[in-house]
Amino acid sequence: MSEEQIKNLEEQFEARIARDEKIEPKDWMPEKYRQTHIRQISQHAHSEIVGMLPEGNWITRAPSLRRKVALLAKVQDEAGHGLYLYSACETLGISRDELYEQLHSGKAKYSSIFNYPTVTWADMGAIGWLVDGAAIINQVPLCSTSFGPYARAMVRVCKEESFHQRQGYEIMLKLCNGTPEQKEMAQDALNRWWWPSLMMLGPTDDMSVHTEQSMKWKLKRKTNDELRQQFIDQTVPQADILGLTIPDPDLKWNEERQSYDFGEIDWEEFWQVVKGHGPMNKARMKARVGAWERGEWVRDAAMAHAEKQQERKNKQVV
Amino acid sequence: MKNENLYNYILGIADNSLILGQRLGELCGHGPSLETDIACTNMSLDLLGQVRSYYQYATKIAGDGRTEDDIAMLRKEREYFNVLLVEQPNTDFGYTMARQFLFDVYHFLMLTELEKSTDLNLSAIAKKSIKEVSYHKRFSSDWIKRLGDGTEESHSRIQTAINDLWTYTDELFHQTEADKAMVAEGVGVDVTKLKDAYYEEVNAVLEEATLSVPESKYFQKGGKQGIHTEHMGYLLADLQYMQRTYPNMEW
Repeated sequence: MSEEQIKNLEEQFEARIARDEKIEPKDWMPEKYRQTHIRQISQHAHSEIVGMLPEGNWITRAPSLRRKVALLAKVQDEAGHGLYLYSACETLGISRDELYEQLHSGKAKYSSIFNYPTVTWADMGAIGWLVDGAAIINQVPLCSTSFGPYARAMVRVCKEESFHQRQGYEIMLKLCNGTPEQKEMAQDALNRWWWPSLMMLGPTDDMSVHTEQSMKWKLKRKTNDELRQQFIDQTVPQADILGLTIPDPDLKWNEERQSYDFGEIDWEEFWQVVKGHGPMNKARMKARVGAWERGEWVRDAAMAHAEKQQERKNKQVV
Repeated sequence: MKNENLYNYILGIADNSLILGQRLGELCGHGPSLETDIACTNMSLDLLGQVRSYYQYATKIAGDGRTEDDIAMLRKEREYFNVLLVEQPNTDFGYTMARQFLFDVYHFLMLTELEKSTDLNLSAIAKKSIKEVSYHKRFSSDWIKRLGDGTEESHSRIQTAINDLWTYTDELFHQTEADKAMVAEGVGVDVTKLKDAYYEEVNAVLEEATLSVPESKYFQKGGKQGIHTEHMGYLLADLQYMQRTYPNMEW
């Protein structure tokens, strides 16, 4: 294809996105669009799968049968999200095994928030409320992103995430209306998850490398800083209802901006965790790689059985 | 308690689902593939859903203010009546599927009979559960066949798991005093009558999976009397952790 032809295709492509048309897997797309989407969708899928671990940590110890069932269902939803996101990603010409390989080798990233430990039951509440809350803010705009399979997967993901968030908030509410010891557990969880949740919305705009292109392709509708502000403004009143204190002495309502001012985020901590040196990075990867390696003989057996079945079928036909 | 036999009978059934559900829950997020992970979690969810129905019914019979969580999480090890089979650990996916299969075949037969119980609550729970358990049985049977037929390694692993867990199968057909009393009243299932059908079905699947039926005639028992294997205490330590550490709180 000549350079001019490519330029022409690119122009048509950008025009389609500008008209809010969906791009489907078989449509022509610029290589950069394909690569950016593989990166973002797989990163999202990996986050779902690694995200199963911190909450999975409390399934066997959930305090009641009702909570145990709800937590199991929630973590199972995350596996489901992983499944459709990997499938969406596969339509771009990469296999699930290759994507796993990227995760296990450390080449692909996942959301850093899952590199923090879940040390009390209240962390199940805080994760649902804050982490899923921040995820929703990140993800709702993706329901109308330009790549069709991703947008459609996100519609379902967002519905379930919103349910998860309510579930998390309800755990917090119960703790805050419980004994002083329970309320203290809730406050402690908020103290530990607040700042990492703010970091989840990404580096500040001046540090963010992908924002401009992502905006154009509707992979992003608002900047990281705008999303973070939205999250804070939405969450502070919820903390008030719980009677909990946000662990930020600089947090203050700004009448003029009609928004909360907030304190300095520790970006050094953020980059430390992103670079692989958070409290749980190594443990999370060990768990993922371990499950994959322990499962190898099972997957091999399933493949071998399927092939043998096919051979038997073929023989019958002959 | 007025209806102690009925209460104990219900616990005998429900404890199997609780302990197996707990074991499956340990695997969530650690399965050999996303699909099997989701399926094992599903079975855990089904079993724990059944447990809640049984225990909620049991709380009404006990009538002493205990809740379903008190029953699930605040008994001593000697007061759990599950069979030894379901408390066996997830040594590998072969053991998990072998345990599941050896229980599912029994569970399905038992529920088919329980559906005919004169106790309408138990009959209704059985009716709902049987749909779920027929799926569990299909899933675990398929995996037994897949692993048996798959590779040399999978064949050897699943055969080992079946051999090791075989010793716990006979207990499924033992009767407690509560069982006998409930059978006499038309409420309970006479499990002794399920034995032939059970081994017939299990053996047929093993044969299709090219696996051999273990020949050992030595069996373990005790779970139904509350005498468990050494694995049970650790399982309960997890299950009861919150209720024991923070007594008398709501969650």
